Amino acid sequence: MVENRPLFMVFVHLTLILGVLIVALPIYVTFVASTQAPGDVLRAPIPMTMGDQLAHNYSAVLGTGLERASSGPVAPMMLNSFIMAMGIAIGKIAISLLSAFAIVYFRFPGRMLAFWTIFITLMLPVEVRILPTYEVMAQLKLLNTYTGLILPLIASATATFLFRQFFMTVPDELVEAARVDGAGPMKFFWDILLPLSRTNIAALFVILFIYGWNQYLWPLLITTDESMYTIVMAIQRMVVAAENEPEWHFITAVAVLALIPPVLVVVFMQRLFVKGLVDTEK
Amino acid sequence: MAEVTVTDIVKNFGKVEVLKKVSVRIEDGELLVILGPSGCGKSTLLRIIAGLETATSGDVHIGERLVNDLEPAERDIAMVFQNYALYPHMSVRQNMAYGLKNLGTPKPIIEQRVAEAAKILGLADLLDRKPRQLSGGQRQRVAMGRAIVREPKAFLFDEPLSNLDAKLRVQMRHEIRELQNRLKTTGIFVTHDQVEAMTLGDRLMVLNAGVVEQIGAPFEVYSRPASLFVAEFIGSPAMNLLDGDIDQDGRKVAFGGTHLPLGQPLTNHAGRRVRVGLRPEHLGEAVAGSTATADPTPGALDVLIEWIELLGADTVAHGRLQDGQVVTVRLPGDHLVQTGDRLAVVLAPANLHLFDPQTGTRLEHTA
Repeated sequence: MVENRPLFMVFVHLTLILGVLIVALPIYVTFVASTQAPGDVLRAPIPMTMGDQLAHNYSAVLGTGLERASSGPVAPMMLNSFIMAMGIAIGKIAISLLSAFAIVYFRFPGRMLAFWTIFITLMLPVEVRILPTYEVMAQLKLLNTYTGLILPLIASATATFLFRQFFMTVPDELVEAARVDGAGPMKFFWDILLPLSRTNIAALFVILFIYGWNQYLWPLLITTDESMYTIVMAIQRMVVAAENEPEWHFITAVAVLALIPPVLVVVFMQRLFVKGLVDTEK
Repeated sequence: MAEVTVTDIVKNFGKVEVLKKVSVRIEDGELLVILGPSGCGKSTLLRIIAGLETATSGDVHIGERLVNDLEPAERDIAMVFQNYALYPHMSVRQNMAYGLKNLGTPKPIIEQRVAEAAKILGLADLLDRKPRQLSGGQRQRVAMGRAIVREPKAFLFDEPLSNLDAKLRVQMRHEIRELQNRLKTTGIFVTHDQVEAMTLGDRLMVLNAGVVEQIGAPFEVYSRPASLFVAEFIGSPAMNLLDGDIDQDGRKVAFGGTHLPLGQPLTNHAGRRVRVGLRPEHLGEAVAGSTATADPTPGALDVLIEWIELLGADTVAHGRLQDGQVVTVRLPGDHLVQTGDRLAVVLAPANLHLFDPQTGTRLEHTA
């Protein structure tokens, strides 16, 4: 629908600007708070302009850590989060690509059973099975390891289902052409299916990276060693830090830092991401 | 290059028998067209030859080799698919080279063969394009190119022209014919389009419900259809099929209120009820006065025209004979007739086709 009435355009833009303001305001307030000196954040009215402590606050949380909140430097935690998010995103994509490939292209006994078993897990959120999962990880001695952080979150019914749906739209003739051309199953997977799934993979990567980055409950359970903490945990720990009043200027700085990597992933993969959601390039 | 032999192929999908003991031998360098209505099993047969489908029973030989248990890639065949099945993310060059690359062919040879095929097909300037940047005809050529570079023992075509528009189809038909003539590679071409079948093949195989109805040169199939099915299926407009009777001495056939002498006496079928086949294009208006006895022309069919189709080059008139049987006559385009006209039409005795009404087989004089 193309509308050319100027009044309508003004209305449309006002609506959009209002929407952006509503979404952006809390983030702006957080950012402003992270640049204030201690105590200024809690003074009424809430400061709406930048303070002068930007460099100080950020270098403090990143590098030296916070003694009063008994929290170490945030930089290594960001690295932990990054490793976990990447591991989850890449692992989920790899596993679901392969399982979707198996389900769509091979006729083996119990194929539909396998599919439905995967599909049913969609109905169980992580929280429901978190205790048995913890028990398994503990038995495997994977507490306080990257493997422990990543592995239980890798299986993904959603991604498997998504790839299955995509694979089913790939014309059979393409599979047959590849067979005539002498491509075995794995060669077909690498040479044809994978390149065709490129945009889907990119879209999923963005979603899964953010999913992995924002994990909170699982890292909280499985890590007891400070060197394995993730940044999302750190925020929470600083808020409830023993006896002391929360240091909001530091906490907000950590929150802003936690925001940056997912935003970067979205920005850099936006083109592929949108393409993956919109078309399937066949 | 090799001959392809198919022996007693049976294929069942569950309880449905799709192919019932189909046998055919395709000579080295020959192009065989498999023609039939949709669902007759023609594509299944081709896919069994290609190895994309396994037969329930029966053998496929390519050259001297029994290939029943070989993968498609090991059968040394190349296939052109209806939807081209080009790899969308690969360039034209990569599409053509992919099969050779998988065979482990050395790079210089691949490049040379791709260049040759591209030259033959006029794709030399398009080698770096992606399939989506090509027109339908160009995609079709790339699919052909992918087959050519393999230098296979046989080409298998699965209705490759049905996605093209009419004009392009004629051109591609010509190109495929030329290419096959030049390369002298054995070819099997599946189609449901009888014009393609007539013009393309050295031989034609008509398949109906999993049974081979007739195998022969295109003109032979047209002029001496072996069964009622072939008679109706080949030719446009379709052959008129009327009820008639052979007289007691086997020299004439009576139908539609007239008697026509047979080109060849059928004494062994004397007195039988038959289906009489007349091609609309073989029926012509009797020239008044050419025979001395004038009205009505002896042996002529009296047709009351009910509706007409003016096609420009031809006029197709649909009408009824005296006994009410429907008949179609194809007249020259400048022949003006109108609904309600009566037309006396004649045909040469050699163009009469007689079939057994029960079994559908062609009736011939047997000594």
